[in-house]
Amino acid sequence: MNAIVPGEPLNESTNRVTAGGDQPPAVEILSAEKVFSNGTRGLAPIDLSIADGEFLTLIGPSGCGKSTLLKLIANLIEPSDGRLLWWRGDFGQVGQDGRRFAFVFQEPTLMPWARVDANVRLPLELADVAKAKAAPIVAEAIELVGLSKFTRHFPRQLSGGMKMRVSIARALVTNPNLLLMDEPFGALDEFTRNKLDADLVRLWWERKLTAVFVTHSIYEAVFLSTRIIVMAANPGRIFRTMTIDHPQPRDEEFRGSSKFAAYCRELSTWLAEASLPPVSGGTP
Amino acid sequence: MKPLLQSETFVRIAAPLAVGILLIGMWEIGCRLASIPVYLFPRPSDIFVSLIKNGPSLLRALLVTLRVTLQAFAAAVVLGTLIAFTFVQSRAIEVSLFPYAVLLQVTPVVAIAPLIIILVKNTQLSLTICATLVALFPIISNTTLGLRSVDPGLANYFRMNRAGRLKTLIKLKIPGALPYFFGGLRISSGLALIGAVVAEFVAGTGGRSSGLAYEILDAGFTLDIPRMFAALLLITLTGVVLFGAMVSLSKLALSNWHESEIGAET
Repeated sequence: MNAIVPGEPLNESTNRVTAGGDQPPAVEILSAEKVFSNGTRGLAPIDLSIADGEFLTLIGPSGCGKSTLLKLIANLIEPSDGRLLWWRGDFGQVGQDGRRFAFVFQEPTLMPWARVDANVRLPLELADVAKAKAAPIVAEAIELVGLSKFTRHFPRQLSGGMKMRVSIARALVTNPNLLLMDEPFGALDEFTRNKLDADLVRLWWERKLTAVFVTHSIYEAVFLSTRIIVMAANPGRIFRTMTIDHPQPRDEEFRGSSKFAAYCRELSTWLAEASLPPVSGGTP
Repeated sequence: MKPLLQSETFVRIAAPLAVGILLIGMWEIGCRLASIPVYLFPRPSDIFVSLIKNGPSLLRALLVTLRVTLQAFAAAVVLGTLIAFTFVQSRAIEVSLFPYAVLLQVTPVVAIAPLIIILVKNTQLSLTICATLVALFPIISNTTLGLRSVDPGLANYFRMNRAGRLKTLIKLKIPGALPYFFGGLRISSGLALIGAVVAEFVAGTGGRSSGLAYEILDAGFTLDIPRMFAALLLITLTGVVLFGAMVSLSKLALSNWHESEIGAET
């Protein structure tokens, strides 16, 4: 039941567990920093390598620059200094070698006038893929997020969680290698969020994606990630890194385990430390 | 099958109808009891008789007015939409031209109609120009507003997917602007009729026109008050039909997704 978009062979040699091997890292951030036009230091120089097939989560207090870092990775903004590499190349090369990425926003951002299938088809349509060729890909993506019965519904007829599923299906139709998500489930109730998290981790595993995820939720971060980057503010920087050592794809059993609780406790302590004001003398 | 009185549509049609019949009945009875002379205030029955008697000439007048109205409305829709598209292409264009659109809007058509009627030889054309000027502004302002009111998240999404200008316009801006556009249509259709009648009034004093406004003027000169009312009734009915048509059109286009038209179902 491995879900594969027709005509798009998956790279079976992808090393899922270790970041090494001959697989180039999906994203390399080389001393990239961001100073906003008003002079605020959004991000201090950051060095970070995101391995292919990794599920990386950015977490931290507000103002720590996690969304800014995600936008840098998405090339939505340019670094003030330093640079980023995608699969060892410049951003201009992304797409030319068949590698793509998709972005899921905090809001579902669906077109209210279009039915679910038309919304999911949008990225293909923008890429000039013929309707007939797009149809099976769209149907499959909708099935993957469990909305097959709602193909002909309009967004207003769906619940918040279902809208978010449509948004994820829309991100999946382009068969991306890199999936970037900015607090996608932040507005949902906990029950729906847990369900979507479980589905997301399954999708990530089946589709062999590289995921970068921004969240405020400790539980969500521990459940999903292979690695968690805890960030701190003033200026935005990487505070500490935690590796979650548990086999993937994870299920509800992991959520109830004592191991899960221990990770959450530690992450919570780290977050509290990251939220403290910087030690005096640290800044001139 | 639900009982008739519980049916939403039945009540929605029957209730205003009952009020109308009641008002007309009171009007008829009141006029008879107070024995108000026909040349001051005719009874509904007088108006009805006049409507039948003057049927052919009134109908001809209605067609003249209707033609001017529809031509002006069509011109306003086409021109207004084109201008709105031009406005959203660049802020500079909008900023430099919008004040003149406002100027056009605030100048009363009665004031410029004589000038246009003198300048343009063809009466029909001059009337259409006057009515177009009145009907144009709501289309421009509503469509511009609609094309600008794009969901910023979706606009961002289109940009990230490297959608071109034309694709963004067709797939995002135009569908998003439709509710505003239809709002403009509703206002504009009524204004086109008002513009046509006002322009006819101005032109009609010269006796060159034969629309419904001319019928009203003529009826006034000859103190044929029932005919005046009959012409008035036709103008009102035309306005109602135009408005109804726009409402149906908007419903047809938006009922699936836009809040303003939802509620008819479920």
